[in-house]
Amino acid sequence: MSFFILIILFAALGILLGYAAIRFKVEGDPLVDKIDALLPQTQCGQCNFPGCRPYAQAIADGEADINQCPPGGEAGIAALADLLGVEPKPLNEDNGVEKATLVAVIDENTCIGCKLCIQACPVDAILGAPKHMHTVIEAECTGCELCIPPCPVECITMEPVTKTLALWEWEKPDTSQAKAKS
Amino acid sequence: MQFLTSNAPFIAPQNSVQKMMLWVLIALMPGIITMVWQFGYGVLANIIICVSTALIAETIMLRLRGRALGPALSDLSAVVTAVLLALALPTLAPWWIPFIGTFIAIVIAKHLYGGLGYNPFNPAMVAFAILMVSFPKSMTVWVLPHSLLPTGISFSDIVAIVLDQQPKQTLIDAITAATPLDEMKTQLGLNQTVEEIRASSIFASLSGRGWQWVSIAFLLGGLILLFKRIISWHIPVGLLAGLFTISFAFYLLEPSVTPSPLFHLLSGGAMLGAFFIATDPVTAATTPKGRFIYGVLIGLLTYIIRTWGGYPEGIAFAVILINMAVPLIDYYTPPRTYGHK
Amino acid sequence: MKLWSFHGGLPSLAEHKNESVNLPIETAPIPKTLIYPLGQHIGNAAKPLVQVGDKVLRGQKIAAAQGVVSAPIHAASSGTVSKIADHLIPHPSGFSAPSITIKTDGLDAETDYTPHADFQQLTAPQLVDIVREAGIVGLGGAAFPTAIKLNTQSKAVDIDTLILNGAECEPYISCDDRLLKERTSRIIEGIEILLHMLGAKRAILAVEDNSPDTFSSIQEAINSNNNLAINATQIPTIYPTGGEKQLIQTLTGKEVPSGKIPTDIGIVSINVGTVYAIQQAVIEGKPLTSRIITVTGEGVNKPHNLEVRIGTPISALIDVCHGYTKQAERLVMGGPMMGFALSSDSIPVVKATNCILVASQHEVVTEKQAMPCIRCGLCASACPVSLSPQQLYWFSRSDQLDKAAQLNLSDCIECGCCDVVCPSHIPLVQHFRYAKSALKVQNHEKQLSNIARERFEAREERLARDKAERAERSRKKKAALKNKPAKEEIDAAVSRSKTKKNSIDNEG
Repeated sequence: MSFFILIILFAALGILLGYAAIRFKVEGDPLVDKIDALLPQTQCGQCNFPGCRPYAQAIADGEADINQCPPGGEAGIAALADLLGVEPKPLNEDNGVEKATLVAVIDENTCIGCKLCIQACPVDAILGAPKHMHTVIEAECTGCELCIPPCPVECITMEPVTKTLALWEWEKPDTSQAKAKS
Repeated sequence: MQFLTSNAPFIAPQNSVQKMMLWVLIALMPGIITMVWQFGYGVLANIIICVSTALIAETIMLRLRGRALGPALSDLSAVVTAVLLALALPTLAPWWIPFIGTFIAIVIAKHLYGGLGYNPFNPAMVAFAILMVSFPKSMTVWVLPHSLLPTGISFSDIVAIVLDQQPKQTLIDAITAATPLDEMKTQLGLNQTVEEIRASSIFASLSGRGWQWVSIAFLLGGLILLFKRIISWHIPVGLLAGLFTISFAFYLLEPSVTPSPLFHLLSGGAMLGAFFIATDPVTAATTPKGRFIYGVLIGLLTYIIRTWGGYPEGIAFAVILINMAVPLIDYYTPPRTYGHK
Repeated sequence: MKLWSFHGGLPSLAEHKNESVNLPIETAPIPKTLIYPLGQHIGNAAKPLVQVGDKVLRGQKIAAAQGVVSAPIHAASSGTVSKIADHLIPHPSGFSAPSITIKTDGLDAETDYTPHADFQQLTAPQLVDIVREAGIVGLGGAAFPTAIKLNTQSKAVDIDTLILNGAECEPYISCDDRLLKERTSRIIEGIEILLHMLGAKRAILAVEDNSPDTFSSIQEAINSNNNLAINATQIPTIYPTGGEKQLIQTLTGKEVPSGKIPTDIGIVSINVGTVYAIQQAVIEGKPLTSRIITVTGEGVNKPHNLEVRIGTPISALIDVCHGYTKQAERLVMGGPMMGFALSSDSIPVVKATNCILVASQHEVVTEKQAMPCIRCGLCASACPVSLSPQQLYWFSRSDQLDKAAQLNLSDCIECGCCDVVCPSHIPLVQHFRYAKSALKVQNHEKQLSNIARERFEAREERLARDKAERAERSRKKKAALKNKPAKEEIDAAVSRSKTKKNSIDNEG
């Protein structure tokens, strides 16, 4: 008797689960969008993918690990780990190290107007025309450094972003406990 | 002229952990004095052993963790844990009971979880629970109040018992008995009525002989803490209200076989728990609404364990169990911010 | 008058008012240089109207407001513009920013003023214009352009109550108190101007109950003025009762909804110093060029309440106070709860400066050893905004900034109550300041990365489009070649060149 009750109970639960799977199904692949929203959009390729979106796709497909992005840094890995419900891990140092954002600056005395850097920039942040002066639009530069290798006269350097009062940050207070004097 | 800079506020802090802990110790004095008056010097032995073990254990752990000794030892938090445990333990327990208990409280329940501020469970109660479960016989042997003893116990007798020097069993049998709570529970289980049980000499007008004064003394100490704003009213009122309500409800249902709410409030660790143990800030809920709920839950659970559980006193286990619920309680009771609905 | 109370606060905060509350206002001498940082108010920095070498008069506009949320700056004395360059500014960052420096000539020649003794004849928009042109900003410390606050014509809710904030709740500061004692009639006149401007039904001037003499002076002045709409009341001395939101709650029982301003619930709250400046601007036509400042603390030999020309370097004020004592440890602009420490006394006084506290070592605590949080909840009981500082601390400390934002971190007024009551001496307000600025930068970076993503996708699209067009063109060409057989093309080309050759031969 109890055997039949159990069978009916399991059948009912199974139907309920099946209905939920169909009724609450989510279309599309929002996971890739969510992952891409957490990536810094530097489009540098240090993760060995041609841009941030392909890397996001690879993570979603399980083909890439979450610790490949140096510009995203530890905070980025932590955010990805939180989203995907996995353990965060240290940044893969083979791809590069996490450093403060730098922007590219073209030395106008040396620039020959060859357009090679303009073609290389993934966000079109370099202004210029053939045989005319090239310049980097500081506000749009993501610091990806893809313009540096193509330049035949090596006139591009990476400089720290100019600090403004509007974006000044307080320092984080020290939270360490009083250590024993050794 | 140039100046160094630092950050506001520049006013000296008004409070310190040390000040709070000192007031807790001061507030415990009425209760300790009453215990000595009613039950003899045994409780002082417990306190001495517990406090010294606590300081030694704390020093060892701080050294092992590479922390500075000065600030951590002088904040007196280990001392308070030790004294609370000492008061919860039986007054003539052999020395190794408070010793092991304090060790467990400081090393395992406090430091292994991260030290002050990081332990999820009340250290004194964890130690009490472990001792209760591991050494049930030693933990249920309580001294009778002075008024019931045929002759006084001499100081050398106390020392002998505490040092576990195999004293005469007859002496121990003569001076110890089950606590009133324990007696009530056992006899109710044997189908006695409350009235019959209360006839025994270990009971007095309010609750247990001797114990009722100790509870009232702890209540007084608790009111001192409330007045000095060291603790807020939410947890004690919640705990006592919860305990009162559930015991009153069952008392109304079957008065002959249910002890009165007053008996419950003034027995065992109810007062000590309400004002000193459950109010341990590190392990209690933090929001005002949350604290009240926390207190009520402990009160309810204490009654349940006392009446239907396996142990005569439920405060310790109730506190530990509700400690587990604290993150959930805090999450669902945030205060209403100014300007928000 | 019925009063409500706000949650938390520090009723037993030592007031330290006796050091300066009985010192009458003295006029500080005109300094040799006046320095004007262009961004000394909330909103856009002002733009210089003068150049190096220009001669200026007192009251002359030297920098114009940029946009709506901005304010003009006026010279406080006559002289010559000597520099327009970066100068150390009074800001916790220790940054320098563009500032106009004027070398005074000692003549103190004034520009022409347009007084309006009969302000009742002016309309509200005209009065708002006067306030705007006078460069008046909130002198309680916030420096918000007052004209915007007073421009209530287009608001949905009518202004019902005008609150005058005389509750100087920070310790040490007594400049507003002296102003109320000594220039009471002008402040009452200022209140009347504001009532006329806003169309409010009533005005409440609030002072703390620790200065009964001031309250008597105010009541006398109000009674002789005979305007029934103006009331004065004493409120309990609990820090931070002078905070705008807390004052509104105390006087009206209403809460300003989060993210909204008091105007949205029909209330306008103005500091009494600002009221005085408004009176001067309307009645006498004088723009904002000076203010009352308390210089106090054990680090100066003789504390003073001074009427100071805005732009005066702090060192000049210290000289008036007979110099530093040996114990001077910190130079704080503002009070000890919410002020900030300055690195140098060459920094000028700006419109928002209400106090210079030169503190000795035992007046301030410069370093605290933080112990672990014991979750006691005293911070939450002290918070006037009913936040949970403890939770905000845990989230700020572990950089979970989004969770901190969810717990209403942005509602924190940084009053410091939680900090002072914490038994573990944790620098709570520092954590919250850090978290707020980190969130601001994080949001900014998020915006930047969104733009970068758009540019990247636009570029990809453009490259793909170019590629597609090229492919299309070559495909068309190939298709065209396929349709006509090659031989026909060649024959046609040969006959074309033959014809050309013939015509050239014929002509030759």
